Amino acid sequence: MAGLTLPPRAAAAAAPPAVGQDPPWVRALVLTAVVGFIGLFLFAPLAMVFVGALSKGVGPVLHALAQPDSLSAIGLTLLVAAIAVPVNAVFGVCAAWAVAKHSFPGKAFLITLIDLPFSVSPVVAGLIFVLIFGLQGWFGSWLSDHDVKIIFAAPGIILATIFVTFPFVARELIPLMQAQGVDEEEAAATLGATGLQTFWRVTTPNIRWGLFYGVLLCNARAMGEFGAVSVVSGHIRGQTDTMPLHVEILYNEYDFVGAFSVAALLCLLAVVTLALKALVEALEPQFLESGAPRHGV
Amino acid sequence: MVSLAPDAPLTGAAPLTRRSLFRRRSAVPGFGLTLGITLLVLSLIVLIPLSSVAIKAAGMGWPDFAAAAFSTRALDAYRLSFGAALIGAGINGVFGALTAWALVRYRFPGRTLLNGLVDLPFALPTAVAGIALATLYAPNGLFGSALAKAGIKSAYSPLGVVIALTFVGLPFVVRTVEPVLRDLSTDVEEASATLGAGRLQTIARVVAPALIPAWLTGFALAFARGVGEYGSVIFIAGNMPFKTEIAPLLITMQLEQFDYASASAIAVVMLGVSFLLLFLINAIQAWSRRHEG
Repeated sequence: MAGLTLPPRAAAAAAPPAVGQDPPWVRALVLTAVVGFIGLFLFAPLAMVFVGALSKGVGPVLHALAQPDSLSAIGLTLLVAAIAVPVNAVFGVCAAWAVAKHSFPGKAFLITLIDLPFSVSPVVAGLIFVLIFGLQGWFGSWLSDHDVKIIFAAPGIILATIFVTFPFVARELIPLMQAQGVDEEEAAATLGATGLQTFWRVTTPNIRWGLFYGVLLCNARAMGEFGAVSVVSGHIRGQTDTMPLHVEILYNEYDFVGAFSVAALLCLLAVVTLALKALVEALEPQFLESGAPRHGV
Repeated sequence: MVSLAPDAPLTGAAPLTRRSLFRRRSAVPGFGLTLGITLLVLSLIVLIPLSSVAIKAAGMGWPDFAAAAFSTRALDAYRLSFGAALIGAGINGVFGALTAWALVRYRFPGRTLLNGLVDLPFALPTAVAGIALATLYAPNGLFGSALAKAGIKSAYSPLGVVIALTFVGLPFVVRTVEPVLRDLSTDVEEASATLGAGRLQTIARVVAPALIPAWLTGFALAFARGVGEYGSVIFIAGNMPFKTEIAPLLITMQLEQFDYASASAIAVVMLGVSFLLLFLINAIQAWSRRHEG
Protein backbone atom coordinates (compact mmCIF):
# COMPACT_ATOMS: atom_id res chain seq x y z
CA MET A 1 0.00 0.00 0.00
CA ALA A 2 0.89 3.59 -0.25
CA GLY A 3 3.28 5.48 1.89
CA LEU A 4 1.96 8.03 4.30
CA THR A 5 -1.32 6.32 4.95
CA LEU A 6 -3.06 5.84 8.23
CA PRO A 7 -5.30 3.01 9.34
CA PRO A 8 -8.99 3.57 10.11
CA ARG A 9 -9.94 6.15 12.65
CA ALA A 10 -11.87 5.90 15.83
CA ALA A 11 -15.43 4.87 15.34
CA ALA A 12 -17.80 7.06 17.32
CA ALA A 13 -19.44 4.03 18.85
CA ALA A 14 -16.40 1.94 19.70
CA ALA A 15 -16.03 -1.51 21.21
CA PRO A 16 -17.70 -2.21 24.55
CA PRO A 17 -15.73 -0.63 27.37
CA ALA A 18 -13.30 -2.87 29.14
CA VAL A 19 -13.28 -0.74 32.26
CA GLY A 20 -11.94 -2.24 35.40
CA GLN A 21 -8.86 -3.70 33.74
CA ASP A 22 -6.63 -0.93 35.01
CA PRO A 23 -6.58 -0.07 38.71
CA PRO A 24 -8.22 3.30 39.43
CA TRP A 25 -4.93 5.03 40.21
CA VAL A 26 -3.47 4.01 36.82
CA ARG A 27 -6.63 5.24 35.14
CA ALA A 28 -6.43 8.56 36.98
CA LEU A 29 -2.75 8.93 36.13
CA VAL A 30 -3.22 8.18 32.42
CA LEU A 31 -6.24 10.47 32.14
CA THR A 32 -4.44 13.32 33.92
CA ALA A 33 -1.46 12.99 31.57
CA VAL A 34 -3.67 12.82 28.47
CA VAL A 35 -5.96 15.69 29.44
CA GLY A 36 -2.94 17.77 30.47
CA PHE A 37 -1.15 17.06 27.20
CA ILE A 38 -4.17 17.74 24.96
CA GLY A 39 -5.09 20.81 27.01
CA LEU A 40 -1.57 22.23 26.81
CA PHE A 41 -0.88 21.51 23.15
CA LEU A 42 -4.32 21.66 21.51
CA PHE A 43 -6.91 23.41 23.65
CA ALA A 44 -4.65 26.28 24.78
CA PRO A 45 -3.64 27.38 21.24
CA LEU A 46 -7.26 27.13 20.07
CA ALA A 47 -8.49 29.23 23.00
CA MET A 48 -5.57 31.66 22.54
CA VAL A 49 -6.78 32.56 19.04
CA PHE A 50 -10.24 33.59 20.25
CA VAL A 51 -8.88 35.31 23.38
CA GLY A 52 -6.41 37.22 21.20
CA ALA A 53 -9.13 38.28 18.76
CA LEU A 54 -11.66 39.30 21.41
CA SER A 55 -9.16 40.93 23.79
CA LYS A 56 -10.62 44.37 22.99
CA GLY A 57 -14.20 43.29 22.34
CA VAL A 58 -16.17 42.36 19.24
CA GLY A 59 -15.94 45.80 17.59
CA PRO A 60 -12.23 45.68 16.68
CA VAL A 61 -12.67 42.14 15.29
CA LEU A 62 -15.38 43.25 12.88
CA HIS A 63 -13.37 46.35 12.04
CA ALA A 64 -10.28 44.25 11.26
CA LEU A 65 -12.27 41.84 9.10
CA ALA A 66 -13.94 44.68 7.20
CA GLN A 67 -10.62 46.20 6.09
CA PRO A 68 -10.24 46.12 2.27
CA ASP A 69 -7.04 44.05 2.57
CA SER A 70 -8.77 41.49 4.77
CA LEU A 71 -11.76 41.27 2.44
CA SER A 72 -9.48 40.81 -0.55
CA ALA A 73 -7.57 38.06 1.31
CA ILE A 74 -10.84 36.29 2.13
CA GLY A 75 -11.90 36.61 -1.52
CA LEU A 76 -8.63 35.19 -2.83
CA THR A 77 -8.74 32.28 -0.38
CA LEU A 78 -12.29 31.45 -1.49
CA LEU A 79 -11.26 31.69 -5.16
CA VAL A 80 -8.24 29.41 -4.65
CA ALA A 81 -10.33 26.80 -2.83
CA ALA A 82 -13.12 27.09 -5.40
CA ILE A 83 -10.67 26.02 -8.13
CA ALA A 84 -8.28 23.69 -6.27
CA VAL A 85 -10.92 21.60 -4.49
CA PRO A 86 -13.03 20.68 -7.60
CA VAL A 87 -9.87 19.91 -9.59
CA ASN A 88 -8.69 17.52 -6.90
CA ALA A 89 -12.18 16.05 -6.48
CA VAL A 90 -12.40 15.21 -10.21
CA PHE A 91 -8.85 13.89 -10.16
CA GLY A 92 -9.54 11.86 -7.03
CA VAL A 93 -12.62 10.22 -8.54
CA CYS A 94 -10.73 9.40 -11.75
CA ALA A 95 -7.73 8.01 -9.88
CA ALA A 96 -9.88 5.95 -7.53
CA TRP A 97 -11.92 4.58 -10.43
CA ALA A 98 -8.80 3.51 -12.33
CA VAL A 99 -7.00 2.11 -9.28
CA ALA A 100 -9.83 0.53 -7.29
CA LYS A 101 -12.05 -0.87 -10.03
CA HIS A 102 -9.33 -2.30 -12.27
CA SER A 103 -6.12 -4.24 -11.84
CA PHE A 104 -2.92 -3.43 -13.66
CA PRO A 105 0.80 -3.73 -12.99
CA GLY A 106 2.42 -0.88 -11.07
CA LYS A 107 -0.74 -0.04 -9.13
CA ALA A 108 0.96 0.16 -5.73
CA PHE A 109 3.63 2.41 -7.21
CA LEU A 110 0.97 4.68 -8.71
CA ILE A 111 -0.69 5.03 -5.29
CA THR A 112 2.69 5.95 -3.78
CA LEU A 113 3.16 8.61 -6.46
CA ILE A 114 -0.30 10.06 -5.75
CA ASP A 115 0.66 10.28 -2.06
CA LEU A 116 3.98 11.96 -2.84
CA PRO A 117 2.90 15.60 -2.20
CA PHE A 118 2.24 14.71 1.46
CA SER A 119 5.92 13.93 2.00
CA VAL A 120 7.17 17.10 0.33
CA SER A 121 7.82 20.16 2.51
CA PRO A 122 5.32 22.93 1.65
CA VAL A 123 8.22 25.29 0.97
CA VAL A 124 9.64 22.87 -1.62
CA ALA A 125 6.14 22.63 -3.14
CA GLY A 126 6.26 26.38 -3.69
CA LEU A 127 9.87 26.34 -4.90
CA ILE A 128 9.18 23.90 -7.76
CA PHE A 129 6.62 26.24 -9.30
CA VAL A 130 9.01 29.19 -8.97
CA LEU A 131 11.66 27.13 -10.80
CA ILE A 132 9.21 26.48 -13.65
CA PHE A 133 7.21 29.69 -13.97
CA GLY A 134 9.42 32.23 -12.17
CA LEU A 135 11.34 34.90 -14.07
CA GLN A 136 14.50 32.76 -14.14
CA GLY A 137 12.46 29.56 -14.62
CA TRP A 138 11.83 27.25 -17.58
CA PHE A 139 9.02 29.35 -19.02
CA GLY A 140 10.03 32.62 -17.33
CA SER A 141 11.13 34.60 -20.38
CA TRP A 142 8.26 33.32 -22.57
CA LEU A 143 5.75 34.25 -19.88
CA SER A 144 7.16 37.73 -19.39
CA ASP A 145 7.27 38.29 -23.19
CA HIS A 146 3.60 37.44 -23.38
CA ASP A 147 2.81 39.37 -20.21
CA VAL A 148 1.42 36.34 -18.38
CA LYS A 149 1.90 36.35 -14.63
CA ILE A 150 1.83 33.01 -12.81
CA ILE A 151 4.30 33.45 -9.98
CA PHE A 152 3.46 36.32 -7.60
CA ALA A 153 -0.11 36.09 -8.91
CA ALA A 154 -3.25 34.03 -8.37
CA PRO A 155 -2.42 31.21 -10.88
CA GLY A 156 0.77 30.30 -8.98
CA ILE A 157 -1.09 30.27 -5.67
CA ILE A 158 -3.74 27.99 -7.19
CA LEU A 159 -1.12 25.63 -8.68
CA ALA A 160 0.79 25.35 -5.39
CA THR A 161 -2.48 24.73 -3.52
CA ILE A 162 -3.52 21.98 -5.96
CA PHE A 163 -0.11 20.37 -5.40
CA VAL A 164 -0.28 20.29 -1.59
CA THR A 165 -3.92 19.11 -1.51
CA PHE A 166 -3.42 16.67 -4.39
CA PRO A 167 -3.82 13.33 -2.52
CA PHE A 168 -6.74 14.18 -0.20
CA VAL A 169 -9.77 13.01 -2.22
CA ALA A 170 -7.97 10.14 -3.98
CA ARG A 171 -6.72 8.60 -0.77
CA GLU A 172 -10.18 8.72 0.84
CA LEU A 173 -11.82 7.12 -2.19
CA ILE A 174 -9.25 4.46 -3.16
CA PRO A 175 -9.56 2.28 -0.02
CA LEU A 176 -13.33 2.86 0.10
CA MET A 177 -13.86 1.80 -3.52
CA GLN A 178 -11.42 -1.10 -3.17
CA ALA A 179 -13.41 -2.42 -0.21
CA GLN A 180 -16.66 -2.12 -2.18
CA GLY A 181 -15.32 -4.18 -5.07
CA VAL A 182 -16.70 -4.27 -8.61
CA ASP A 183 -19.70 -6.59 -8.22
CA GLU A 184 -22.31 -3.85 -8.36
CA GLU A 185 -20.71 -2.11 -11.35
CA GLU A 186 -20.39 -5.43 -13.18
CA ALA A 187 -24.02 -6.24 -12.48
CA ALA A 188 -25.03 -2.83 -13.83
CA ALA A 189 -22.95 -3.37 -16.97
CA THR A 190 -24.44 -6.83 -17.46
CA LEU A 191 -27.92 -5.37 -17.19
CA GLY A 192 -27.07 -2.95 -19.98
CA ALA A 193 -26.25 0.24 -18.11
CA THR A 194 -23.87 2.59 -19.85
CA GLY A 195 -20.65 3.62 -18.07
CA LEU A 196 -22.15 6.99 -17.19
CA GLN A 197 -25.32 5.43 -15.81
CA THR A 198 -23.27 2.96 -13.78
CA PHE A 199 -21.19 5.74 -12.31
CA TRP A 200 -24.08 8.02 -11.37
CA ARG A 201 -26.63 5.43 -10.25
CA VAL A 202 -24.43 2.72 -8.74
CA THR A 203 -21.04 4.08 -7.71
CA THR A 204 -21.88 7.62 -6.63
CA PRO A 205 -24.39 6.61 -3.91
CA ASN A 206 -21.77 4.26 -2.48
CA ILE A 207 -18.92 6.75 -2.37
CA ARG A 208 -20.72 10.00 -1.54
CA TRP A 209 -19.67 10.08 2.11
CA GLY A 210 -16.08 9.23 1.26
CA LEU A 211 -16.10 11.95 -1.38
CA PHE A 212 -17.62 14.44 1.05
CA TYR A 213 -15.01 13.53 3.64
CA GLY A 214 -12.15 13.93 1.19
CA VAL A 215 -13.49 17.25 -0.11
CA LEU A 216 -13.89 18.48 3.49
CA LEU A 217 -10.26 17.79 4.41
CA CYS A 218 -9.03 19.01 1.02
CA ASN A 219 -10.91 22.28 1.49
CA ALA A 220 -9.55 22.85 5.01
CA ARG A 221 -6.00 22.41 3.78
CA ALA A 222 -6.58 24.47 0.61
CA MET A 223 -7.88 27.44 2.63
CA GLY A 224 -5.23 27.08 5.31
CA GLU A 225 -2.10 26.38 3.27
CA PHE A 226 0.73 28.68 4.22
CA GLY A 227 4.24 27.50 3.28
CA ALA A 228 3.74 26.67 -0.40
CA VAL A 229 1.55 29.71 -1.00
CA SER A 230 3.95 31.98 0.85
CA VAL A 231 6.77 31.10 -1.60
CA VAL A 232 4.76 31.79 -4.78
CA SER A 233 2.57 34.67 -3.61
CA GLY A 234 4.94 37.62 -3.49
CA HIS A 235 2.92 39.00 -0.55
CA ILE A 236 1.32 41.91 -2.40
CA ARG A 237 -1.23 43.35 0.01
CA GLY A 238 -4.75 43.40 -1.31
CA GLN A 239 -3.72 41.38 -4.37
CA THR A 240 -1.84 38.14 -3.71
CA ASP A 241 -2.48 37.75 0.00
CA THR A 242 -4.51 34.75 1.10
CA MET A 243 -6.00 34.63 4.60
CA PRO A 244 -3.09 32.71 6.21
CA LEU A 245 -0.58 35.09 4.56
CA HIS A 246 -2.61 38.06 5.77
CA VAL A 247 -2.43 36.65 9.31
CA GLU A 248 1.36 36.67 9.01
CA ILE A 249 1.51 40.23 7.68
CA LEU A 250 -0.76 41.62 10.42
CA TYR A 251 1.16 39.70 13.10
CA ASN A 252 4.50 41.01 11.86
CA GLU A 253 3.08 44.54 11.91
CA TYR A 254 2.18 44.01 15.60
CA ASP A 255 -1.53 44.29 14.74
CA PHE A 256 -2.31 41.38 17.05
CA VAL A 257 -6.07 41.95 17.23
CA GLY A 258 -6.20 42.05 13.43
CA ALA A 259 -4.02 38.96 13.07
CA PHE A 260 -6.03 36.97 15.60
CA SER A 261 -9.33 38.16 14.06
CA VAL A 262 -8.44 36.72 10.65
CA ALA A 263 -6.98 33.69 12.46
CA ALA A 264 -10.25 33.23 14.37
CA LEU A 265 -12.12 33.09 11.08
CA LEU A 266 -9.77 30.31 9.93
CA CYS A 267 -10.22 28.64 13.32
CA LEU A 268 -13.99 28.61 12.83
CA LEU A 269 -13.38 26.90 9.49
CA ALA A 270 -11.29 24.25 11.28
CA VAL A 271 -13.92 23.75 14.00
CA VAL A 272 -16.72 23.44 11.42
CA THR A 273 -14.56 20.95 9.47
CA LEU A 274 -13.99 18.83 12.58
CA ALA A 275 -17.68 19.03 13.55
CA LEU A 276 -18.84 17.94 10.08
CA LYS A 277 -16.26 15.15 10.16
CA ALA A 278 -17.57 13.94 13.53
CA LEU A 279 -21.12 14.16 12.16
CA VAL A 280 -20.28 11.96 9.15
CA GLU A 281 -18.62 9.48 11.47
CA ALA A 282 -21.64 9.41 13.79
CA LEU A 283 -24.26 9.20 11.02
CA GLU A 284 -22.41 6.77 8.80
CA PRO A 285 -20.59 4.32 11.04
CA GLN A 286 -20.68 1.72 8.25
CA PHE A 287 -18.72 4.16 6.08
CA LEU A 288 -15.90 3.95 8.59
CA GLU A 289 -15.98 0.18 8.73
CA SER A 290 -16.26 -0.34 5.00
CA GLY A 291 -13.69 1.96 3.63
CA ALA A 292 -10.86 2.63 6.02
CA PRO A 293 -10.80 6.38 5.34
CA ARG A 294 -7.53 8.11 5.95
CA HIS A 295 -6.35 11.28 7.49
CA GLY A 296 -4.53 13.98 5.69
CA VAL A 297 -0.93 14.38 6.64
CA MET B 1 -14.39 20.53 -14.65
CA VAL B 2 -18.16 20.26 -14.41
CA SER B 3 -18.57 16.66 -15.51
CA LEU B 4 -17.91 13.98 -12.97
CA ALA B 5 -18.17 11.30 -15.63
CA PRO B 6 -14.77 9.75 -16.07
CA ASP B 7 -16.00 7.10 -18.42
CA ALA B 8 -18.16 9.14 -20.76
CA PRO B 9 -16.45 8.59 -24.14
CA LEU B 10 -16.30 4.85 -23.68
CA THR B 11 -20.02 4.42 -23.30
CA GLY B 12 -20.53 4.29 -27.05
CA ALA B 13 -18.01 1.52 -27.50
CA ALA B 14 -18.87 -1.90 -26.16
CA PRO B 15 -17.04 -1.95 -22.83
CA LEU B 16 -17.17 -5.71 -22.45
CA THR B 17 -15.06 -6.31 -25.53
CA ARG B 18 -12.41 -3.78 -24.68
CA ARG B 19 -9.14 -5.60 -24.38
CA SER B 20 -5.87 -4.69 -22.91
CA LEU B 21 -2.58 -6.48 -22.70
CA PHE B 22 -1.90 -5.11 -19.27
CA ARG B 23 -4.87 -6.06 -17.17
CA ARG B 24 -7.37 -8.68 -16.34
CA ARG B 25 -10.45 -7.89 -18.38
CA SER B 26 -13.05 -6.14 -16.31
CA ALA B 27 -16.66 -5.45 -17.07
CA VAL B 28 -16.28 -2.06 -15.44
CA PRO B 29 -15.76 0.53 -18.17
CA GLY B 30 -13.65 3.65 -18.18
CA PHE B 31 -10.23 2.23 -17.38
CA GLY B 32 -8.35 3.85 -20.24
CA LEU B 33 -9.87 7.28 -19.77
CA THR B 34 -9.60 7.49 -15.98
CA LEU B 35 -6.06 6.10 -15.91
CA GLY B 36 -5.15 8.51 -18.70
CA ILE B 37 -6.50 11.51 -16.78
CA THR B 38 -4.80 10.28 -13.59
CA LEU B 39 -1.40 9.94 -15.25
CA LEU B 40 -1.75 13.25 -17.10
CA VAL B 41 -2.72 15.30 -14.06
CA LEU B 42 -0.18 13.48 -11.87
CA SER B 43 2.59 14.27 -14.35
CA LEU B 44 1.60 17.90 -14.90
CA ILE B 45 0.97 18.82 -11.26
CA VAL B 46 3.37 16.58 -9.33
CA LEU B 47 6.03 14.70 -11.28
CA ILE B 48 7.25 17.25 -13.81
CA PRO B 49 7.27 20.15 -11.30
CA LEU B 50 9.14 18.00 -8.74
CA SER B 51 11.76 17.10 -11.34
CA SER B 52 12.59 20.81 -11.72
CA VAL B 53 14.36 20.82 -8.36
CA ALA B 54 16.53 17.83 -9.27
CA ILE B 55 17.33 19.31 -12.70
CA LYS B 56 18.26 22.67 -11.18
CA ALA B 57 20.50 21.02 -8.58
CA ALA B 58 22.08 18.68 -11.14
CA GLY B 59 23.02 21.69 -13.26
CA MET B 60 25.14 23.14 -10.44
CA GLY B 61 27.96 20.64 -10.54
CA TRP B 62 29.12 18.80 -7.43
CA PRO B 63 31.36 21.46 -5.80
CA ASP B 64 28.69 24.17 -5.97
CA PHE B 65 26.03 21.73 -4.85
CA ALA B 66 28.06 20.58 -1.85
CA ALA B 67 28.91 24.17 -0.94
CA ALA B 68 25.22 25.11 -0.91
CA ALA B 69 23.70 21.92 0.49
CA PHE B 70 26.34 21.28 3.17
CA SER B 71 27.36 24.79 4.25
CA THR B 72 27.65 25.31 8.01
CA ARG B 73 24.40 27.26 7.97
CA ALA B 74 22.59 24.50 6.08
CA LEU B 75 23.99 21.77 8.36
CA ASP B 76 22.83 23.72 11.43
CA ALA B 77 19.39 24.07 9.84
CA TYR B 78 19.13 20.32 9.11
CA ARG B 79 20.29 19.53 12.64
CA LEU B 80 17.55 21.73 14.08
CA SER B 81 14.81 20.49 11.71
CA PHE B 82 15.66 16.81 12.13
CA GLY B 83 16.50 17.04 15.84
CA ALA B 84 13.39 18.97 16.82
CA ALA B 85 11.20 16.73 14.64
CA LEU B 86 12.70 13.67 16.33
CA ILE B 87 12.07 15.04 19.84
CA GLY B 88 8.56 16.16 18.86
CA ALA B 89 7.79 12.70 17.45
CA GLY B 90 9.19 11.16 20.64
CA ILE B 91 6.91 13.29 22.85
CA ASN B 92 3.99 12.32 20.63
CA GLY B 93 5.11 8.70 20.79
CA VAL B 94 4.66 8.67 24.57
CA PHE B 95 1.58 10.87 24.96
CA GLY B 96 -0.01 9.71 21.69
CA ALA B 97 0.06 6.10 22.88
CA LEU B 98 -1.43 7.13 26.24
CA THR B 99 -4.13 9.16 24.44
CA ALA B 100 -5.01 6.20 22.22
CA TRP B 101 -5.16 3.97 25.31
CA ALA B 102 -7.48 6.39 27.12
CA LEU B 103 -9.75 6.83 24.07
CA VAL B 104 -10.13 3.09 23.49
CA ARG B 105 -10.14 1.67 27.01
CA TYR B 106 -11.72 4.34 29.19
CA ARG B 107 -15.13 5.98 29.21
CA PHE B 108 -14.98 9.42 30.78
CA PRO B 109 -16.85 12.72 30.47
CA GLY B 110 -15.49 14.84 27.62
CA ARG B 111 -14.17 11.84 25.72
CA THR B 112 -15.93 12.88 22.49
CA LEU B 113 -14.52 16.40 22.76
CA LEU B 114 -11.03 15.03 23.39
CA ASN B 115 -11.39 12.71 20.42
CA GLY B 116 -12.39 15.63 18.21
CA LEU B 117 -9.58 17.87 19.46
CA VAL B 118 -6.94 15.29 18.52
CA ASP B 119 -7.59 16.02 14.83
CA LEU B 120 -7.22 19.79 15.28
CA PRO B 121 -3.67 19.97 13.84
CA PHE B 122 -5.02 18.44 10.60
CA ALA B 123 -7.71 21.09 10.26
CA LEU B 124 -6.13 24.22 11.75
CA PRO B 125 -4.03 26.29 9.32
CA THR B 126 -0.38 26.16 10.36
CA ALA B 127 0.00 29.94 10.45
CA VAL B 128 -2.86 30.18 12.95
CA ALA B 129 -1.23 27.56 15.16
CA GLY B 130 2.05 29.43 14.73
CA ILE B 131 0.86 32.81 16.02
CA ALA B 132 -1.15 31.19 18.83
CA LEU B 133 1.84 29.16 20.07
CA ALA B 134 4.21 32.11 19.66
CA THR B 135 1.91 34.32 21.75
CA LEU B 136 1.47 31.66 24.46
CA TYR B 137 5.19 30.94 24.78
CA ALA B 138 6.55 34.46 24.24
CA PRO B 139 8.46 35.80 27.29
CA ASN B 140 5.33 37.80 28.25
CA GLY B 141 2.89 35.06 27.26
CA LEU B 142 0.84 32.80 29.51
CA PHE B 143 3.19 29.82 29.41
CA GLY B 144 6.31 31.67 28.32
CA SER B 145 6.39 33.90 31.39
CA ALA B 146 5.98 30.91 33.72
CA LEU B 147 8.79 29.06 31.95
CA ALA B 148 10.94 32.20 31.97
CA LYS B 149 10.60 32.37 35.77
CA ALA B 150 11.97 28.83 35.87
CA GLY B 151 14.87 30.02 33.71
CA ILE B 152 13.65 28.25 30.56
CA LYS B 153 13.52 30.12 27.29
CA SER B 154 10.73 28.61 25.20
CA ALA B 155 9.80 30.84 22.28
CA TYR B 156 12.64 32.07 20.05
CA SER B 157 14.78 29.08 21.03
CA PRO B 158 15.10 25.47 19.74
CA LEU B 159 12.55 24.51 22.43
CA GLY B 160 10.00 26.65 20.59
CA VAL B 161 10.61 24.60 17.42
CA VAL B 162 10.03 21.40 19.42
CA ILE B 163 6.75 22.79 20.80
CA ALA B 164 5.47 23.68 17.33
CA LEU B 165 6.47 20.30 15.84
CA THR B 166 4.83 18.48 18.76
CA PHE B 167 1.62 20.31 17.88
CA VAL B 168 1.65 19.45 14.15
CA GLY B 169 2.61 15.82 14.74
CA LEU B 170 0.15 15.14 17.55
CA PRO B 171 -2.59 13.23 15.67
CA PHE B 172 -0.34 10.70 13.95
CA VAL B 173 0.58 8.30 16.75
CA VAL B 174 -2.92 8.49 18.27
CA ARG B 175 -4.62 7.71 14.97
CA THR B 176 -2.29 4.88 13.97
CA VAL B 177 -2.26 3.12 17.38
CA GLU B 178 -5.97 3.60 18.19
CA PRO B 179 -7.52 1.22 15.60
CA VAL B 180 -4.99 -1.54 16.32
CA LEU B 181 -5.65 -1.21 20.04
CA ARG B 182 -9.40 -1.35 19.43
CA ASP B 183 -9.11 -4.52 17.35
CA LEU B 184 -6.86 -6.11 19.94
CA SER B 185 -9.12 -8.49 21.81
CA THR B 186 -9.06 -8.22 25.59
CA ASP B 187 -9.26 -12.02 25.60
CA VAL B 188 -5.51 -12.33 25.13
CA GLU B 189 -4.95 -10.04 28.09
CA GLU B 190 -7.36 -12.07 30.21
CA ALA B 191 -5.63 -15.26 29.08
CA SER B 192 -2.31 -13.78 30.02
CA ALA B 193 -3.66 -12.77 33.45
CA THR B 194 -5.22 -16.20 33.97
CA LEU B 195 -1.88 -17.81 33.26
CA GLY B 196 -0.40 -15.81 36.11
CA ALA B 197 1.17 -12.81 34.38
CA GLY B 198 1.12 -9.53 36.26
CA ARG B 199 -0.47 -6.47 34.66
CA LEU B 200 2.88 -4.95 33.72
CA GLN B 201 4.05 -8.26 32.27
CA THR B 202 0.88 -8.50 30.18
CA ILE B 203 1.34 -4.95 28.87
CA ALA B 204 5.00 -5.51 28.03
CA ARG B 205 4.73 -9.01 26.58
CA VAL B 206 1.23 -9.11 25.05
CA VAL B 207 -0.08 -5.61 24.32
CA ALA B 208 3.07 -3.70 23.38
CA PRO B 209 4.36 -6.13 20.70
CA ALA B 210 0.99 -5.96 18.92
CA LEU B 211 1.09 -2.16 18.89
CA ILE B 212 4.71 -1.64 17.86
CA PRO B 213 4.28 -1.61 14.04
CA ALA B 214 1.42 0.93 14.24
CA TRP B 215 3.34 2.96 16.81
CA LEU B 216 6.45 3.04 14.61
CA THR B 217 4.36 4.11 11.61
CA GLY B 218 2.80 6.95 13.60
CA PHE B 219 6.19 8.00 14.93
CA ALA B 220 7.70 8.05 11.42
CA LEU B 221 4.72 10.00 10.04
CA ALA B 222 4.99 12.61 12.80
CA PHE B 223 8.74 12.87 12.22
CA ALA B 224 8.32 13.22 8.43
CA ARG B 225 5.70 15.91 8.89
CA GLY B 226 7.90 17.78 11.36
CA VAL B 227 10.96 17.79 9.11
CA GLY B 228 9.18 19.71 6.36
CA GLU B 229 6.98 21.91 8.57
CA TYR B 230 7.19 25.65 8.06
CA GLY B 231 4.10 27.69 8.92
CA SER B 232 3.69 26.81 12.58
CA VAL B 233 7.44 27.04 13.30
CA ILE B 234 8.57 30.36 11.87
CA PHE B 235 6.58 32.49 14.32
CA ILE B 236 7.87 30.78 17.45
CA ALA B 237 11.41 29.90 16.31
CA GLY B 238 13.06 33.31 16.25
CA ASN B 239 14.74 32.41 12.95
CA MET B 240 18.34 33.21 13.91
CA PRO B 241 20.80 31.73 11.37
CA PHE B 242 22.91 28.91 12.86
CA LYS B 243 20.68 28.84 15.96
CA THR B 244 16.94 28.72 15.39
CA GLU B 245 16.67 28.59 11.60
CA ILE B 246 14.88 25.49 10.24
CA ALA B 247 15.78 24.04 6.83
CA PRO B 248 12.54 25.06 5.03
CA LEU B 249 13.09 28.65 6.23
CA LEU B 250 16.65 28.60 4.83
CA ILE B 251 15.15 27.68 1.43
CA THR B 252 12.88 30.74 1.53
CA MET B 253 15.87 32.89 2.59
CA GLN B 254 17.84 31.73 -0.47
CA LEU B 255 14.79 32.40 -2.67
CA GLU B 256 14.50 35.95 -1.37
CA GLN B 257 18.08 36.52 -2.53
CA PHE B 258 17.15 34.94 -5.91
CA ASP B 259 19.71 32.19 -5.25
CA TYR B 260 17.52 29.50 -6.82
CA ALA B 261 20.39 27.03 -7.17
CA SER B 262 21.22 27.00 -3.45
CA ALA B 263 17.53 26.76 -2.58
CA SER B 264 17.24 23.76 -4.91
CA ALA B 265 20.32 22.09 -3.42
CA ILE B 266 18.83 22.24 0.10
CA ALA B 267 15.44 21.15 -1.28
CA VAL B 268 17.05 18.09 -2.90
CA VAL B 269 18.59 17.05 0.43
CA MET B 270 15.20 17.42 2.14
CA LEU B 271 13.38 15.56 -0.63
CA GLY B 272 15.93 12.75 -0.38
CA VAL B 273 15.27 12.39 3.34
CA SER B 274 11.48 12.55 2.76
CA PHE B 275 11.64 9.76 0.19
CA LEU B 276 13.82 7.70 2.49
CA LEU B 277 11.20 8.11 5.24
CA LEU B 278 8.41 7.24 2.81
CA PHE B 279 10.29 4.06 1.92
CA LEU B 280 10.83 3.29 5.60
CA ILE B 281 7.13 3.77 6.43
CA ASN B 282 6.17 1.48 3.52
CA ALA B 283 8.62 -1.11 4.81
CA ILE B 284 7.20 -0.92 8.35
CA GLN B 285 3.66 -1.35 7.04
CA ALA B 286 4.64 -4.29 4.82
CA TRP B 287 6.48 -5.85 7.77
CA SER B 288 3.48 -5.41 10.08
CA ARG B 289 1.14 -6.92 7.47
CA ARG B 290 3.42 -9.95 7.17
CA HIS B 291 3.38 -10.37 10.93
CA GLU B 292 -0.37 -10.00 11.17
CA GLY B 293 -0.53 -12.81 8.57
